[in-house]
Parts: sequence; structure tokens; C-alpha cells
Amino acid sequence: MERRAFLKTITLVPAVAAAPLTPIENPAAPGPAYLNASERAFIDAALARLIPNDDLGPGAKEAGVGDFIDRQLGGPYGRAQTWYMQGPWREGTEEQGYQLKLAPAEFYRTAIADIDEYCKRQYGGKGFAGLDGATQDKVLHGLEKAEIHLARAPAKQFFDMLWQNTREGFLADPMYGGNRDFAGWKLIGFPGPRYNYVAEIGEYGKPYREPPVGVMGRDPKRRLT
Amino acid sequence: MATRLPAKDVVLVGFGLTSSMLAQELTSAGLQVLALERGGFRDTVPDFAVDHIQDEYRYAVRDDLVEEPERETLTFRNSADQVALPMRHIGSFRPAVGAGGAAVHWNGQTWRFLPTDFRMRSHTLERYGAKFIPEGMTIQDWPVSYDELEPHYDKFEYLCGISGQAGNVGGKLIDGGNPFEGARRRGYPLPPLKRSHATVLFDKAAKELGLKPFPCPAANTSKPYKNIYGVQMGQCTFCGYCEWFGCGNYSKASPQTTIFPVLLKKPNFELRTHCNVLRVKLDGSGKRATGVTYVDEMGREFEQPAELVILCAYITHNVHLLLLSGIGKPYDPSRGEGVVGRNYAYQITSSVDVFTNEILNPFMGAGSLGQAVDEFNGDNFDHARHGFIGGGYIALWTTGGRPILQHQLPEDAPSWGAGWKRSMKENYLKSCSIATHGSVMSYRDAWLDLDPTYHSSYGDPLLRLTFDFHDNEHRMSNFLTDRAADIAKAMKPRSMHVKQRKGHYSIVPYQTTHNTGGAIMGSDPKTSALNRYLQSWDVPNVFVMGACAFPQNHGYNPTGTVGALTYWAADAIINQYLKQPGPLVHA
Amino acid sequence: MRSAAFLIALWIGAASAEPLHSAIERGRYLAAAGDCAACHTADGGKPYAGGRPVPTPFGVIYSTNITPDKDTGIGQWTEAQFYRAMHEGIRADGKHLYPAFPYPWYTKLSRQDVDAIKAFLEALPAVHQENKPTELPWPLNVREVMSGWNALYFKKGEYQPDRGQSAEWNRGAYLVEGLGHCGACHTPKNLAGGLKTKQNLEGGYGENWYATSLTNDVRDGIGQWTLDDIVRYLKTGSNAKAAATGPMAEVIEHSTQHLSDADLRAIGVYLRSVPGRNQTASAGTDKQQLARGQAVYLDQCTGCHMQDGSGQRNAFPPLAGNAVVQAREPGAMLHMIIDGARVAATQHDPTGLAMPAFGWKLTDQDVADLATYLRAAWGNKAAPVSVAQVKDTRDRVAKAAAGK
Repeated sequence: MERRAFLKTITLVPAVAAAPLTPIENPAAPGPAYLNASERAFIDAALARLIPNDDLGPGAKEAGVGDFIDRQLGGPYGRAQTWYMQGPWREGTEEQGYQLKLAPAEFYRTAIADIDEYCKRQYGGKGFAGLDGATQDKVLHGLEKAEIHLARAPAKQFFDMLWQNTREGFLADPMYGGNRDFAGWKLIGFPGPRYNYVAEIGEYGKPYREPPVGVMGRDPKRRLT
Repeated sequence: MATRLPAKDVVLVGFGLTSSMLAQELTSAGLQVLALERGGFRDTVPDFAVDHIQDEYRYAVRDDLVEEPERETLTFRNSADQVALPMRHIGSFRPAVGAGGAAVHWNGQTWRFLPTDFRMRSHTLERYGAKFIPEGMTIQDWPVSYDELEPHYDKFEYLCGISGQAGNVGGKLIDGGNPFEGARRRGYPLPPLKRSHATVLFDKAAKELGLKPFPCPAANTSKPYKNIYGVQMGQCTFCGYCEWFGCGNYSKASPQTTIFPVLLKKPNFELRTHCNVLRVKLDGSGKRATGVTYVDEMGREFEQPAELVILCAYITHNVHLLLLSGIGKPYDPSRGEGVVGRNYAYQITSSVDVFTNEILNPFMGAGSLGQAVDEFNGDNFDHARHGFIGGGYIALWTTGGRPILQHQLPEDAPSWGAGWKRSMKENYLKSCSIATHGSVMSYRDAWLDLDPTYHSSYGDPLLRLTFDFHDNEHRMSNFLTDRAADIAKAMKPRSMHVKQRKGHYSIVPYQTTHNTGGAIMGSDPKTSALNRYLQSWDVPNVFVMGACAFPQNHGYNPTGTVGALTYWAADAIINQYLKQPGPLVHA
Repeated sequence: MRSAAFLIALWIGAASAEPLHSAIERGRYLAAAGDCAACHTADGGKPYAGGRPVPTPFGVIYSTNITPDKDTGIGQWTEAQFYRAMHEGIRADGKHLYPAFPYPWYTKLSRQDVDAIKAFLEALPAVHQENKPTELPWPLNVREVMSGWNALYFKKGEYQPDRGQSAEWNRGAYLVEGLGHCGACHTPKNLAGGLKTKQNLEGGYGENWYATSLTNDVRDGIGQWTLDDIVRYLKTGSNAKAAATGPMAEVIEHSTQHLSDADLRAIGVYLRSVPGRNQTASAGTDKQQLARGQAVYLDQCTGCHMQDGSGQRNAFPPLAGNAVVQAREPGAMLHMIIDGARVAATQHDPTGLAMPAFGWKLTDQDVADLATYLRAAWGNKAAPVSVAQVKDTRDRVAKAAAGK
């Protein structure tokens, strides 16, 4: 009787769920989630500079970070669903953090448009994606250091968000669309989430040799369906 | 129009650590206890299960176990001449929502404060004189001593199954433990965790400097453990997904792994989830609580009468509720009067990143797997020539190596690009970090009150936080950082990066979830909101749990002391208050 | 009318090993041994008022109201009528009962014990609740068909002690083959739902879970268990070798944890004498499959069951040498992998540790590989598991979830 009495007391949660995992964005959904073609072109171009493809391995673009960012912007993060987004809005100090009225998705849209507009003015009508690599780097450094002033979006704040999301996409579990084929994890030597290192933690200096694994297993293409 | 419900003996606001502990003790004493939790029910399976919990993006980056600022947040400013603005997304600290509270997603670092910490003001005056306490610093003695709390620290440690090495049992110092700790009646319930490579290197270096390192006391079990309530826990397997995650194999002490299995079966305990308490209701005199009002997930309002109301929510929510309910005089910093909101404090942290030649496999870790030295905590060292008070422990923690947020790069690593990529590859497996964990004193100009502009999703004014680090804390923290750098150097690293705590307190980067104060315990109702039993001076049938009771914050993580105070208060409620309801202390 | 004190005493539910003086107290104990409450109480329903859907391979049957209510319960039944129901499977109005009510086992009870159970039931609060009709298809819903089934598969008769065995063994046999009705799940059945009596306690399906062999076979049964292991398992929900999950967890919670240590020992003595077929099994030898299975194990299972399959003492059962892992039929193990499990929560161990479901993220092949590996690792030896067996278990999991 104890078990039934217990069940009456609280809002019931099944003892075991059929599919407890609901990734923030279901990576199985095909097609663009948020970014339009020119926005996506900007992102892809920026990713290629932020974490380039080289002899060390795939870069952010190859690792699917563009898909990752697109899906995140199209989901709860993009909408700032868990953030406090009531007004009034005032510019705060750096210590007071994000105070824009824009949710991340809108921020990206606004900033990308501003940056492309800046590039066109500065570089003979070419948007960011049309510039050569060295010039793109120059623009990114300029945003990062707040040396470039955009029409609407605060440059450094956008750069920080873009770079943060890039690292997230490069190093998150591949089920979110980035870190394709464990590219990010393989670069650094992170084997993925296993739950037992009782023996290995005492083997000082010994490299861990098991192949990378994600939440969905060793096949990085496996998704929650 | 609120629906009035049948009365309960006790209503607990919130269902986290202190609520679970009190519910267990008070139901065993025969009371009818109701806990009201604004979030949902959560348990190891399915919510924190090993099949999906190790997802850094979901839980650490997108904050899936943390209270959404959209629901409730606070406004923040460094000083009174600024306009406080909302903390719009999670940053500096991570309060929880849902059953189990923040004790679901903590690391498990479990300490006792020092005996001298409890006499912060008197001890400082005795040893260093009045000039040592700067103008505007409002530190107080605790109204309870280490010796009085000792049995309750012990009980909390045996509730959790703390893995550790005692340093002082009954006055006898034991090699390998913390030589500075207050005397304990007995050792820890479990032996220390197996050591990771980096903590061994730290240990060796610290010893070379003449320091006495010891394993950090851990609420991660080193063996399967059956606790004081007969609840069975598993054994930590070093998965490296501790803080910010729920434990998947029952080896981290949390309410669901230590208390729920016995508590939830009791016929005299009831839990209502998705019920947000709006107010503690007072009678006409304002000196007695008649119960609480709350809204459920449908927005229906209820009045829940109770003989005893105990606030067990997060410290900011507790202080908020006291202000909204009119319990205790709100603190006014310009006049230095009032008690609710005063003496808010936090933690000041810094670190030294260490880059080694050896592979350290940082992804193998546990939330409280670390080695520490305590020579620079409390008043364990002579402050006379330093001109600051307070201190903190210095520890090398190996809590995990989660790739997005837990990697360190040398100071000269490029911030992005090919150079960043190379630096990640070269350093991820061969890096660790020495952390300093410093005290924060309380000040006249650090406080909590109600914001004049912004509101929560429940329609109430948000809590407003005014806080910054003071000169005392910066100097103390820099001293700790230098001492940490000494140890780092002695580890003979490939390189190191000394990261002092600089500038204003920022709400943006995560630091600790160690907010304290705002409803402090004290001996004088003019300068404290609670008496030594955590009972409200103003409304004797209201008690308030948690770190809001700390008069200032000391150089250790607060949970051990929060746990001890909870058992101390439970003891007072059961053995004194129930026999004779009313004020337990006459000021 | 019985005093309130009696009624309260009945429902404290404490496992009493005290001498049982009155018939009511004896009846309460025997009802716990027979686990009557489990079927005769619906989820969230009043105790013993019936209405719980009992799934059978032929359709759902609802348990009946056995409180002393005179209109809807058994308040009007005489002792003789109650005995006939328990002994012959025939109810007060003369109609047959279905063997979802395990009268083929309860037939073994002594008259004295049956009377005591009736005294206990009579002392319960009467609940007015109409019985629900069965959901059996025609012609099974015509109760007269049971006389044919009984003729083939039911052997009426009180337990006759075996003079060549000890009193303790006989007590154990009486409990296992009588009130305990263990064979209702643990003995294989034919298509008509009749017992394969020559394979007594060699394992069978109950409520869509495979109930493992209780014989003394060292791999397929509990032959590696000591007497203490058996007692501890039934009393607390687990021992060093296994943890009770699924329907057995409920049996322990409602029934066996309330039995005396002496009775649990007797059960153990009897079970250890029940022979299995002791066939030798061959573990899988497909190296690639074993490697795949080992990879799944490392990635998914070692957080609790540890890298060497030894589990964590008192917390998670070992898989090395585990009876459920090595059972001839892997259904129980597959069920747990696919749908998770929760250990019995008893007075001795209230924790109820749980295992999450992995079926949502493992393919049928993954599960088959893992299961085959487990049955070949650490000295385990049992036949490989096929994808078809995994699919069958997924079906059963789905049926169990749907209450079928």
C-alpha cells in the first residue's frame, strides 16, 4: 500500500519515461530554422575564420556549426524563452550584462544586416561573405575590439555572442547539429560523456584511448527521432 | 477570491535541501507537514538519469535545471548611484526550481566554518583592534558558536555521506586532514575520494612549500553508503558532470538521493508542486502568521492556514518573501536602520591556471574531488601586516573537463582563429586550475530591497541587489591569488596564468551560488532579522532557513553550515518551540 | 462490529513476526502471504474493493470486491462458500471463477487458514463498489467454459505433506505452492493458459514480464544463491546478487517483506530443492557482435554496473553471475534495458533505486549485441540474444504500458 499512497501524494511522474531526452532543438528537423540565405552566408563565412579548417582538422563550418546556430536561433534560445525580457530597457554597465530588447535571434538578424551594410560601405559594395579571408579577419577583430561602430547593434556584444555560440556548436554533443563527426572533441581529446573512470582516474599520465561517444552513442549521426 | 484549505501544522515554502531536511525531522516528530514548491517534481530517474544527463549544452549552457529568469529574477547594480537593471539571463549564480532545489545541481563541496568565524567581530577586535574594521563594514558575531553547531554539522555530514579525512578529532590533530578545522567528535562517514592526477601534483607542491594539504570534504560518495535515514546511495564513478547537473548514479548527496525515499512515503507529509507562494499571511497584529497564500499552475489562488510557517526557498526568494509579506523592518542603508535585506554578502574567487607537460585527463572528475590548503583562511594566519580581514581556502579541484565551459587556455592564446584552435589542442588535456575561495564581509552599502520598476511573472516587484566587492576583499583575494601562484610555481608547470579578481563585481560570469545574508541571525533584533534559532524576531511562528541567516560570508562553501543550521533549528523547534510556542529568545 | 483498534491495527501494515493469536491477525498475515491486496485493490482505490484490471493473454479481467459489503462485496458469503471459492474456484452463486484468481494454488490451503483469511476480510471496512464485468471475448466470457479448463489443468486438493521432508521444507512448499502462487508467473504455461506442470517454477511470463526460473539451476535459476540470499531478497528487495524489479518488486513490497524470517527460510529451503533442467548453454561467439556489445556496455552501463560487471554493493546488482542475465529466456533483462526498472522499496531498504530506460536510444541490434555480450562476459554463459527477442520484448513493454 505504501507505493500507492506515495503515488497519490505528488504530481505523478512515470517511473521510467519512453524518451526523457528532449534536446533543446530537435536536430532531426530538416531545412533552415531561422537564417535566410544571406544571413547563412555571413555565418558560414564568419565560422570559416573563427575556427578555420586546417591540418589540425575540420573547422567550425565543416563541423556543422552553421546548422547548430541556425537551429538554436530558431528555437527557445533564439526567442530568449527563459530570459527576463520585460521592459523598460536601458543601457547598463558591463557588470549588469545583457540589456538589449532584442532576443538572440533578432540580435543576430540586426547585427548581420548592420555588419553587411558596414562592409559594403567600407569595401566597395561587398558584404562580409564576399570579402577575402584577411579582410574578414580585420572586420572580426574590429567588432571584437569595439573599434567598428554599427548602425544599430553593439558590435562587441554581437561578436562575443557569435563567438560564444560558435564554441558551443563546435564542442556540444553532435546531436545538436554541430561537432560533426566529433570534430571538436577529436581536436582536443575529449572522449565524450562516459560515466565511469574509477580505474582510469588513478592511471596518472595515461592517455584515454576509447573512441568518442555522444549521448546517442558512438555514431555521431544518430539523432533522437 | 482565494480558496481556503484545511489547516496544516507546518507549511514549508520551497522543497529543496532545507525543506526536505525539516520535513523529515518534523514529520518524524508527529507533525502534519506540507511543502509548497513552485516547480515540478524531479527525481533521479527520469530527470537526472545516466541515459541523458551528461549533456553540457543542455544543462550547463542552456541552464535546464536552473530557475528561469523569465519566471523570477532580480535587478542588480553595484552601487546606490546606479539604476538597478534586471539580471536578464543566468550568470553569476544559479538558483534552482523544482523538487530538490539547488542541492540537485551543486558540486558537493561541504565544509564547516572555523570556530573563529563564528566570533568574527569580537575576535577581530580582540586580536587586531577596532581600526582593523573599516568604516561601513557591518560584520557581526554569529549568535551561535561552532561548538553548539558541531553535533549538527556531524549529523549533516552523516546524512550526506561525506567522503573526507578528519584533521582534528576531539582536539587531537590527525595527519593528512585539515589541521585548522574546528574539533570534531568523529571522522567523516566515508574515506576520501580516490585522487586525480592534478590533485596529487598540487599536494606535492603544497607540501614542498611547507603547507599542509588535505582532501576536500566531498558530498560525492567514495563507497556505496546507507545514510542516517536508511536511504541507500551509490558510489561516485568520476563522470565529471557534477555541478549544474543532477547525479545519475545516486552518489551525490541531494534531497532525492538522501531523503525523498523515506519522506515521500510518510502519511503525514504532503508535497504540492507547481504552487508558488505569494505571501505569508499575518493576522491583524502583524505578529502572527496565519499561513500562506499561493497560486497553482492554473493561476488559482489558495489560502493555506498553518501553525508554523518556515521559509525554505533560495536566500534571495526568502528575503523577497519577507519584504513582500511585511515581516520585519526593511533595511534602509541611508539611515542604517531596519533588518530585512541587510548584510548581503557573496564570495570572492580567483584562480591560477596551470599548464602541464603531463596528460591530466580533466574530464575524469567529481564535484568535490580536490586537494586544499587552509593556511590562508579565516584567522589562520596573522593579518596584522596585511591590513585586511578574512581569507579563504586554496584548492585544486578536478570537477570535470566539459569542453565548452571547462577548458583553460594560456594568457597568450589568441582569442579565436587558427591559433585558438591550436592552443585548444595543445592545452585541453594538460591543464588544471587552482582556485581561491575567499570570504566576503558585510557592508552597510551591500543590501537587498524591492525594485521600484521591474516585476516578476507573478506581478510582484523584483528583489533588487546592490553589491560590489570592497577594498578589503580585493586585497584579501589578491593575497590568496599570490599564494595560489606560489603553489602553481612549485608544480613546475609548462606555463601558468595568474587570474586575479579585478574590478567591480559583475553579474555576468558564473562565480558561485553562494549568496548570503539579507535575513541574518543575531543577538540584537535591531541589527538582525532572526534570532539564534532562525526564528523571526517579529513573527515568532515564522522561521527562515538557508544562507540568508549568515551575518557575513566566510571562506568556505556555505552548504555545510546551511545544513548544520537546519538541524540546529529543527532541534529547537521540536524540543523547545512545540512545547511552548512563542519567542525562543527574549532580546 | 469490530472495534476501531482492530481496524487500525490491520492497516498499520507492519510486518509482524509476533505470535498470531487471533484468527483476524492470522488472516492478515496469510492475506499478506497470498498478496490478496495487490490484485483486489485498484490503483488509487479503496483497499480490497476490487476493480483492478488484471491482464491475461485472453483479455482483461477485473478483480472483485472482497470487502464485507453485503451488496457488492462478500459480506453475505458463508465460510463454506468462501472455502469453495479458494479451494475449487467456484463462487457463492455457483459460477466459476477465472484462474486469474489463482485458485489452482489457493486450493492447497487448509480449511483453518482459509477461515482465518475470511475472518480478516470480514473485519475490513465495507466498501460499496460494483464489480466490473470481464473484457473477455466470447466464448471465454461464458464462465461455464472453465469447467472444461479445470478438467484439463486444475488439480483440486489441500496440501499433503511429504513425510520424507522436514517440517521446514513442507512449510516452504505449502507457502510457495499455495498462498505464494509463485508458479502463476514463474511456471511456463501452454497456449490455453494451463501450467506445464513438468516444468514447475522453471520460469514464465506474468504481466508481460519474464519471471525467472526459481529452480536450483546454477545459471538459469537461483542455484548460486544461499539460503540467506533468498531470505534477504524476499525480505528487503535485494541481495548481493540481485535486486527485485518489475512485478516482483511489488510482490516483495506488499507480501514477502511482511512474512516472518522463519517462513522466508522455509520458502528458501523448499526452492533450493526444486530441480531445473541444468542444461548447458553456449554463450555467443561472434567476435564482432561481442565487441559491439562491449562498447555499448562501456558507454551506457558502467556508471552503475561498473566496468567489471560487479555492480555496487547494496546499490546496483552485479551482472557477473546474475540469474536474470543468464536466464534461458532473456525477457526480464531485455525489459529492463528497454524500459528501465525500479528496485523494491521495503521497510528494510526504502530507497527504491531505479534504472532509466535505454530503449529510446538503442536500436534493436544494439540491445541484442549488449545482451549477447552480457551473457558471455565475466564468466557468464547463456545463449546469444536475437533481434527478434528484442522486438518481442518491446511489444510486451508497450502492452504493459497500455495495461494489457
